[in-house]
Amino acid sequence: MQRLCYALCLLALTLHAGCGRRETRVEYGNREQILFKGNGAEPAELDPQIVTGVTEHHTIMAFLEGLVTEDPVDLHPVPGVAERWDVSEDGRVYTFHLRKDAKWSNGDPVTAQDFWESYRRILTPTLASEYAYMHFVVTNAEAFNQGRITDFDQVGYKVLGDHTFQIRLASPTPYFLSLLNHTSWFPVHLPTVRKHGLPYVRGNKWTRPGHHVGNGPFVLDEWRVNTVIVAKKSPTYWGRDTVRLNEIRFYPIDSADTEERAFRSGQLHVTETLPLSKIEVYRNRQPEVLRVDPYLGVYFYRLNVTKPPLNDKRVRQALSAAMDRTALVEKVARGGQRPAYHFTPPGTAGYYSRAKVSGDLAAARKLLAEAGYPEGKGFPKVELLFNTSEAHRAIAEAIQQMWKVNLGVEVQLVNQEWKVYLDSQHALNYQICRAAWIADYVDPNSFLDMFLTGGGNNDTGWSNAEYDGLIAAASREAHPAKRMEIFQRAEALLLDEMPVIPIYFYTRVNLRRPEAKGWHPNILDSHPYKYVYLEDSPGGTKASATAGTGH
Amino acid sequence: MLRFIAKRLLETIPVLLIVATLTFFMMKLAPGGPFDTDKATTPEIKAQLEAQYGLNQPVHEQYFNYLGQLVRGDLGPSFKYAGWSVGELLWSAFPVSLELGCYALAIALTVGTLAGIVASLRKNTVTDYVPMMFATLGICLPTFVTGPLLIMVFGIMLGWFNPSGWDFASDRVLPAITLGLYYTAYVARLSRAGMLEVFNQDYIRTARAKGVSKWRIIWRHSLRGGLLSVVTFIGPAIAGLVTGSLVVETIFHIPGLGRFFVMAGFNRDYTMVMGTVLFYATLIILMNLLVDIVQVWLNPKLRFE
Repeated sequence: MQRLCYALCLLALTLHAGCGRRETRVEYGNREQILFKGNGAEPAELDPQIVTGVTEHHTIMAFLEGLVTEDPVDLHPVPGVAERWDVSEDGRVYTFHLRKDAKWSNGDPVTAQDFWESYRRILTPTLASEYAYMHFVVTNAEAFNQGRITDFDQVGYKVLGDHTFQIRLASPTPYFLSLLNHTSWFPVHLPTVRKHGLPYVRGNKWTRPGHHVGNGPFVLDEWRVNTVIVAKKSPTYWGRDTVRLNEIRFYPIDSADTEERAFRSGQLHVTETLPLSKIEVYRNRQPEVLRVDPYLGVYFYRLNVTKPPLNDKRVRQALSAAMDRTALVEKVARGGQRPAYHFTPPGTAGYYSRAKVSGDLAAARKLLAEAGYPEGKGFPKVELLFNTSEAHRAIAEAIQQMWKVNLGVEVQLVNQEWKVYLDSQHALNYQICRAAWIADYVDPNSFLDMFLTGGGNNDTGWSNAEYDGLIAAASREAHPAKRMEIFQRAEALLLDEMPVIPIYFYTRVNLRRPEAKGWHPNILDSHPYKYVYLEDSPGGTKASATAGTGH
Repeated sequence: MLRFIAKRLLETIPVLLIVATLTFFMMKLAPGGPFDTDKATTPEIKAQLEAQYGLNQPVHEQYFNYLGQLVRGDLGPSFKYAGWSVGELLWSAFPVSLELGCYALAIALTVGTLAGIVASLRKNTVTDYVPMMFATLGICLPTFVTGPLLIMVFGIMLGWFNPSGWDFASDRVLPAITLGLYYTAYVARLSRAGMLEVFNQDYIRTARAKGVSKWRIIWRHSLRGGLLSVVTFIGPAIAGLVTGSLVVETIFHIPGLGRFFVMAGFNRDYTMVMGTVLFYATLIILMNLLVDIVQVWLNPKLRFE
């Protein structure tokens, strides 16, 4: 027995000495310009016309490029496949001039015809693209998608030449160019799609490695499900000389804890997220890798206005006013979020809501009394629904306590599994319900058009003709300042009527190694990879290696 | 024996049919569907989607269509992973889970039976208490505690292994230990109890009285009987091991089957739910059959039954 112990010890020592400190993956990546990125979940697909999630978007933007792309710092539209564009005076016709050196990864030129065919594909009803509605700003796109017209020539896309493409909008849409950065506007190479299955239904295999043809700065080299997606620098991309990364490896690590451990041991440059419990640790020990950036999303509670007692506006306002949002973000959420006193995140395309929700507790009690529940007496038992998650429960418990102390109102917490919760929410089978909205494009419209009467994401039962009118007027208004004024009025109305209670504005919390450069914080958390590069700095890695063993 | 096996194989067909039917209808009863998201698309697009996957047909028609597909060996397309079929996804992940499961099983069987036998030989001494204490710990400690603990020590502090991934041979070590530990503990306890029971049998006493050597008693006379309960246990354990463990796969970021089992339900990925359940059911049935055969071989009494 003793001998065995010695042998084991010896073996352990040799192993330890033999391995020494191996070069980490990150150090190797820094040398070879290979970015290792935590990517959250496994992408459902890499077909831009089928996917719906943010993870997919962040992956696909390596492989495909739209007419315009975004500036890495402030996301303003910059030339992509189109080297320039003209906008008609009424703001409804956009003419894009495509660069002649834009090529697909198989060497074919990227032409106006490619865009026309791509947009026909996404709008074709049989493909059932969930994001086809992003195209509904274009003349007749909605009619074609719903099968009311079948002639695609009637839709507002026109090929004016190999390298000239025109888009006619149903109404002036000031945020149109930023829409173009959404995956649903990326082109696909139709001949490739046709080669690997039926082009207009799901289940096509063109996105497999070996089949995939793209026009972006990187090409798909490898896709092993639940393991890794490897993107290699494209030799045919028009801007290949400015692309500095040789490779990106996307790791679909869905556990935040696993991802954090991978980061700590030098396996990843960038993580998708960070467990809540680790934020403080990093803030104290390794602030240089912790990133807390504003994100274009709002965390809020929906109120079902069709059922008493929440059909009374005064009750809704009282509930909202009795929340201490600052305490919620600082003591409970703790991820650097900003308290939300209005619905649209501040600075969304230069828009700052002037209207704000009240935090006047005395007024809240008075409103509740006026509604017939002085000091909460006689207030029926109300349920607060959230999808099962510790973070949402913590917020809900804090709010439950605030309402009890401040208003004498009792609410009961109910949690449901995600899909059940979505079903309850959509069927208005709730009273108060936790919700969130992350914008698809940078414009107040992305937040405010949710609450149109009967809107697919309204889910509160709230309907207001004046509000509907304002949102419609904003979509017709071509003058930017006037349009923002209309949104101000709409938001003021929304906050007064209060079918939703804004709670906080999201932040993106993740870890990023200081060597990853050209990665700028922005509200969509969008980082065009062609600007990203790695700086080989041994100092930074060392610092983290020592800090890493600490906790 | 062949007749027995053939009979048992035939019996699997109605069992699988019942499993398929129950799963299918229970799944349809669950609220929410595969295409519900927090960002609702238009009702028209949702209808197109449902049409494409045949979800607009009456449920009984969907059921018979699915069975028809199944008979042809087609598990259908995954609803969540639109470009992949359920068969492709399961077959790509199964080898990984199988490999990990085999390592874990090997650890469980060697370490577990050895510990159990050693403990049973010196009943109520330190060599009994120490392994059994570890066995109790192993059963009590869930993999989501042992996994991160092992990573912390061997992955991050000592730097011997990668904390996650499935790229190198060394990446197999920590997950196999994590997954194996739990089963090791079980096997140890079962084999100890089994061996002790056999040691009390008359025929062992006779053997001892005749002066047969200690090791011969253990190897020739006790092991067969003593490990019967282990064999009964490992049938379902194998099915469980080779179909992957969500927890271990998540902790170590391993592309195995386990996550499909769990995520399919959460995603309401109907075809994937059916595929995983049927796959698991088939494996359990086959493993139980295998166990029965081994038991008959180990225990001649059963051959008459």
